[in-house]
Amino acid sequence: MFGGGANLKLAVSNIIKQYQPALIGVGTTCLSETIGDDVPLILREYILKNHDPEGPAVVSVSTPSYSGTHIDGFHGAIRATVDALAKKENPDAGGINLFPGMLSPADYRHYKEILSDFGARYQMLPDYSQTLDGPMWTEYQKIPAGGTPIKEIVAMGDASGSIELGRVLAKTKSAGKLLADKFAIPCHSIGLPIGIKETDLFFDRISAITGKPMPEKYVQERSRLIDAYADGHKYVFEARAVVYGEEDLVIGMASFLSEIGVVPALCASGGKSGHLKAMLRDVIDDFDAKGITVMEGVDFVEIGEAAKKAHADFFIGNSKGYKIAREMKKPLIRIGFPIHDRMGGARIVHIGYRGAQQLFDCITNTIIQCRQDASPIGYTYM
Amino acid sequence: MSSISILEERQAQIHTKGTAPFNMSCDKKSLAGSVSQRACVFCGSRVVLYPIADALHLIHGPIGCASYTWDIRGSLSSGPELHRMSFSTDLQERDIIFGGEKKLYASLVSLIDKYSPKAAFVYATCIVGLIGDDIDSICRKVAKEKGIPVLPVHSEGFKGTKKDGYKAACDAMANLVGTGAIEGIRPTSINIMGEFNIAGEAWTIREYYERMGLDVVSVFTGDGRVENIKRSHGAALNVVQCSGSMMHLAQHMKAKYGIPFKRVSYFGIEDMSKALYDVAEFFQKDYPEVMEKTQTLVREEVKAIYPILKRYKERLKGKKAAIYVGGAFKAFSMIKALRSLGMDVVLAGSQTGTDEDYQVLREMCDDGTVIVDDANPLELSKYSIEKGVSLFVGGVKERPMAFKLGIGFCDHNHERKLSLAGYSGMLNFAKEVYASVTSPVWQFAPYGKR
Repeated sequence: MFGGGANLKLAVSNIIKQYQPALIGVGTTCLSETIGDDVPLILREYILKNHDPEGPAVVSVSTPSYSGTHIDGFHGAIRATVDALAKKENPDAGGINLFPGMLSPADYRHYKEILSDFGARYQMLPDYSQTLDGPMWTEYQKIPAGGTPIKEIVAMGDASGSIELGRVLAKTKSAGKLLADKFAIPCHSIGLPIGIKETDLFFDRISAITGKPMPEKYVQERSRLIDAYADGHKYVFEARAVVYGEEDLVIGMASFLSEIGVVPALCASGGKSGHLKAMLRDVIDDFDAKGITVMEGVDFVEIGEAAKKAHADFFIGNSKGYKIAREMKKPLIRIGFPIHDRMGGARIVHIGYRGAQQLFDCITNTIIQCRQDASPIGYTYM
Repeated sequence: MSSISILEERQAQIHTKGTAPFNMSCDKKSLAGSVSQRACVFCGSRVVLYPIADALHLIHGPIGCASYTWDIRGSLSSGPELHRMSFSTDLQERDIIFGGEKKLYASLVSLIDKYSPKAAFVYATCIVGLIGDDIDSICRKVAKEKGIPVLPVHSEGFKGTKKDGYKAACDAMANLVGTGAIEGIRPTSINIMGEFNIAGEAWTIREYYERMGLDVVSVFTGDGRVENIKRSHGAALNVVQCSGSMMHLAQHMKAKYGIPFKRVSYFGIEDMSKALYDVAEFFQKDYPEVMEKTQTLVREEVKAIYPILKRYKERLKGKKAAIYVGGAFKAFSMIKALRSLGMDVVLAGSQTGTDEDYQVLREMCDDGTVIVDDANPLELSKYSIEKGVSLFVGGVKERPMAFKLGIGFCDHNHERKLSLAGYSGMLNFAKEVYASVTSPVWQFAPYGKR
């Protein structure tokens, strides 16, 4: 009735007392948005009243549940953080800003490894590679170690280029575009680097910004991957997949599946950017000839119904699709987030040549296992 | 690491037994910014009604509320599984501006046509309370058109805590109770309340009562059926577990239908046996054979598991445990159950305990035990470390904290897939505690073996 301002200020004050954070992020809910709380104003009032130069930075992002999906909140929070913190202080500093997309902690570690191997200076936001997949503690950690240091977010204003990953993200007012508008930092918008083609684009962009060629280690990884594609191509050829998840993940995965000969027969997402089909057409050769069904803004009931018509051999997506895969007695290859019914979701590498290698082995072996199990002979070689 | 200090406003909700006069503050709104582990009103309603398997559960609100409570409980059904669907009106920005009533009506009609449920529950979320949708009148309209009960659940989040959600769920069910025929219900019939059939627990408990010669009219709400709820007023007694969630309905049924109730718990040998004896005692005057059967049952069941429990006890003796659960009543049972395994409870608390609950808890606890109300991860970890616990019994929100600190963890919340109720459940619990505490993996924890 009287607005949530007092509660929000009390919460911020208690969080400072208990956690002594360097930054507080505030997300809104449908409730606070609809009662008309001006959250940025409330926070400004708080900061003015409790003037403390040593106090935490406060970043707010509008995230009412009735507009968009979780991925909009994810990218919105990144953009809001960059908007609040990034500054142009040292134009000669250079470096790459990386906006990695919503992937696993292992993916984040791999991104950092790649950029380090290029000898590149970089800032990656977010970076939950350690906070969501870190060691045990000896004492309770109020704020777990890891994450992007604030000074690196500030330094994003000095970078010589940004790379943001996600073809749908490219169509939005992303953090990368914000930095381009604010500080004239060139923004390279490409797809999530899943599979050889999309990963090649990623390496090209890093080479373009750093002026350095692909490190030998990745040349080797890429070569071994192509060799593996040759070894396994027959098993997966024209297998039919149902791919679901965030739009950018679906696009990346569909691109990878297509390049190994799998037909992503049904591509479905809860997101509804309006771009999914066009983007899939960009990454899938002979898109129209393959009769691919694309669904935006759908739920698992709708995906399940469409999957039956798609004559799928396997599902690929998060663990939420298990029910429909089980109903159709088809294997589910777990990728993305969340994976609540298997160990090791945090350790799945989707990106880079290494990620493609793991995915290729996993998909091929799943198909081989289905054939092996279905065979009455019980071959020990397939 | 800087040491963990307790917020001043929280200090009255933390008590160490034996150090000061007991004056626990509880049953109040969570302190903003204290990182309470409580869930919202809507979640409270949702977990209570969720196990009613042949009803349609439609969440009127944005998709997040539905997603958050989709298939969240391990509540099994012996038949229909409509409850495992989390239907939502998926309110969008334009619905917030122009109102969601039309969408609600259309959703209800199409879902009832498609799934033919025996009843429908319509959950009001925060936003619905704000934009002023008249869900009561939509429910009435659809009920009339479709000929099934369509019940609004007033679970708007801003109305309070999870506990208010329990009450809203009870209010919705109260509209069903009394609408069915009670012919043929024997006078030795009971309702099982506050038992959600996690991993089939309600089936275990029901079987005990049936072996005692009693009939069960309705289970609220494990493996629940609308028809059974409608005729539940024909039972002679309501046996209420998890009294936090169901007491309101039990009191309503006592006032309206004169059905007495008993509070019980099915966790641990002691409380399990007491529950059965209490119920048998209720029927003692007119049906003394019930007590005889109960004595035989308890004897047989205890005999079957006791030697195995004893072996676990030898291995667990003297280990320290922490308990943090939703309702305090469960904490009482946990203390007894852990003690029966030779363990010492050194930290105990609940999200929603009342004054009375904490008095009981204090009496049960040993000197030095820390008692907490509506605690948070900082407080729970602080005392777990200070007290040197090797086991934490809680809900999934406490699991990461426990594991990060190298503390064994036992999930005793509604997400679990392991039956912990009854005698067989006690055996599972002992096994689970044993695995949690004595696993060799803890030797590698940086903290060392606790």
